Amino acid sequence: MRAFAICKRVLQELLRDKRTLALMFVAPVLILFLMKLIFAANSTTNVDIATVGVPSSVRTELNDIKHVAVHKKATNRAAQKMLTDQKADAVVRETSTNHYTIIYANTDASKTAVVKQAFKAALAANGVKELKQTVKTLSGTVQKQAVVIAKMQAATAKASGQTATAATPSSTSKQAPSKKAATVKIKNHYHYGDKDTSFFDKIVPILMGFFVFFFVFLISGMALLKERTTGTLSRLLATPVRRGEIVAGYMLSYGILALVQTAIIVLATVYMMGVEIVGSLLAIMVINFLLALVALAFGILMSTFASSEFQMMQFIPIVVIPQVFFSGIIPLDSLASWVQNIAYILPLKYAGDAMNQIIMYGTSLIHLGPQIGMLLVFLVALTLLNVRGLRRYRKV
Amino acid sequence: MTEPLLEMKHVEKRFGKQTVLQDMNLTVYPGQIIGLIGPSGAGKSTAIKTALGMEVADGGESKVLGIHLPNREVLGRIGYMAQSDALYDSLSGRENLKFFAQMKGVAKDGMTAAINHVAAVVDLTEDLDKRVSGYSGGMQRRLSLAIALLGNPEILILDEPTVGIDPALRRKIWAELNNIKASGCGVLITTHVMDEAELTDRVALLLAGKIMAFDAPKALEEQYGVPTVEDVFLKAEGAEE
Repeated sequence: MRAFAICKRVLQELLRDKRTLALMFVAPVLILFLMKLIFAANSTTNVDIATVGVPSSVRTELNDIKHVAVHKKATNRAAQKMLTDQKADAVVRETSTNHYTIIYANTDASKTAVVKQAFKAALAANGVKELKQTVKTLSGTVQKQAVVIAKMQAATAKASGQTATAATPSSTSKQAPSKKAATVKIKNHYHYGDKDTSFFDKIVPILMGFFVFFFVFLISGMALLKERTTGTLSRLLATPVRRGEIVAGYMLSYGILALVQTAIIVLATVYMMGVEIVGSLLAIMVINFLLALVALAFGILMSTFASSEFQMMQFIPIVVIPQVFFSGIIPLDSLASWVQNIAYILPLKYAGDAMNQIIMYGTSLIHLGPQIGMLLVFLVALTLLNVRGLRRYRKV
Repeated sequence: MTEPLLEMKHVEKRFGKQTVLQDMNLTVYPGQIIGLIGPSGAGKSTAIKTALGMEVADGGESKVLGIHLPNREVLGRIGYMAQSDALYDSLSGRENLKFFAQMKGVAKDGMTAAINHVAAVVDLTEDLDKRVSGYSGGMQRRLSLAIALLGNPEILILDEPTVGIDPALRRKIWAELNNIKASGCGVLITTHVMDEAELTDRVALLLAGKIMAFDAPKALEEQYGVPTVEDVFLKAEGAEE
């Protein structure tokens, strides 16, 4: 009963603090919207390549690639000048036959990557062309050979047909790939999203969890800190209220707040930004509710180590930022294994995992047992610590 | 006399190596106002916290309403007012009172009546629906006292209730404390203001964690051969050094 009264009071206080409410509900949408704009712009990278002494066949292949512009330069110096004038992103020079030197501006890693890929593709395309040519001439000789072999076959037919049968298929098999290569067509199907799916779509599930975690952590920590510094906490503890009821009251109120926040973020990402959510909204709510409770317990715990609002802010780089790095926004697979292991002690990783599964693969809650289990472990452990921690202010 | 409301016997309290209270004896009977005076750092607040059971005594025993401390349930029968006002600024006076009434476990059907009663006692009835952030310092202090009075406590423990309050209001609060006393309730009050100590039934003089004297103000003045409690205080403090 008292927990409900505390919950009601916390919500009442928050509802009167319009700026904080705006921070919780409007800020995430604004940030997501900005990120959407930024990452959408990033998906088309145009590069300019200056070439010196590159064969025209390679050059045309290179120029045919989308978003790549080729500028032919007579001398190396002219090409280098383009690079220093920031008009070219790379200079390609053929030093001797089939030996190329590429100088990248490398001021933008994504542009460098595009140049690398484009040049490789151009060389490959050029190679295929040359191959076709040789195959054509080769197939001509093969046909001639086949005629000879046929004659020989007739001659040696009585003795044995083994060599003949071995030779004939080899000639046909050589012709087959060149025919097929000409007719290759790739049809793209997207399991999640469409061809416009960008990095933004990938990080939305994690960002959703991050916002819930960040704001609940910060605001609840501040709220409890304020209770402690203004003396309302010790006054509260001078009533017969149970320590657990105080923690429960806070959990209830911030849990409700997190649900509203999640609903707003989900609606905004789905209807304003066109992010596809494969799984159920209910599952997303459940995960975010759990994460909010973990964040709350974390915030309350951390607030006991802070003596002012400013000290509470100091936990952001220590507690919040590392979680962002390890939550899956940056792929962890490529990291050293001991670095990867750090992620396992961070609650945001489990929430991010679960959200990813729900939003991109439509996994149901039943199959997210490990993630939910870990979040519950965090929740129970932190809550017990908090109830225990309040003993500092009252011994019973 | 009847059973004491508050009884502290040989109470000792240490924080680490520092002894804050030693061999402290204090009793509050129904219908008594007990003053606890002493310089800053003498251990008054610690004594109060121990009397509430928020801190556990390292030695001796303390009982409130016949129940050994620390005990959570008994807190509902104590009216406590801390040094700081400790109010929720963004809530109105009524909402503050209602919240703490719920925390104290005041019955739901009697809640409105209880809130109106304590508000009338501290003369805040008209301002009850204003937000506390708009209250003056004196109003906040009065609201804080009203919260302590919620739920008809059998004993009031007040930590410096009259700090920063103008003389007229102070008189009013003391008049109210005397009414409470008359209704059979006990009051333990800490104060810095020595002429307030004259108004109490018994004064406990706390110096460096020890009760130096515990008697009626008049008896103390006679004992020390001085005209006021303030002089008693100064003399006792001088003797200590």
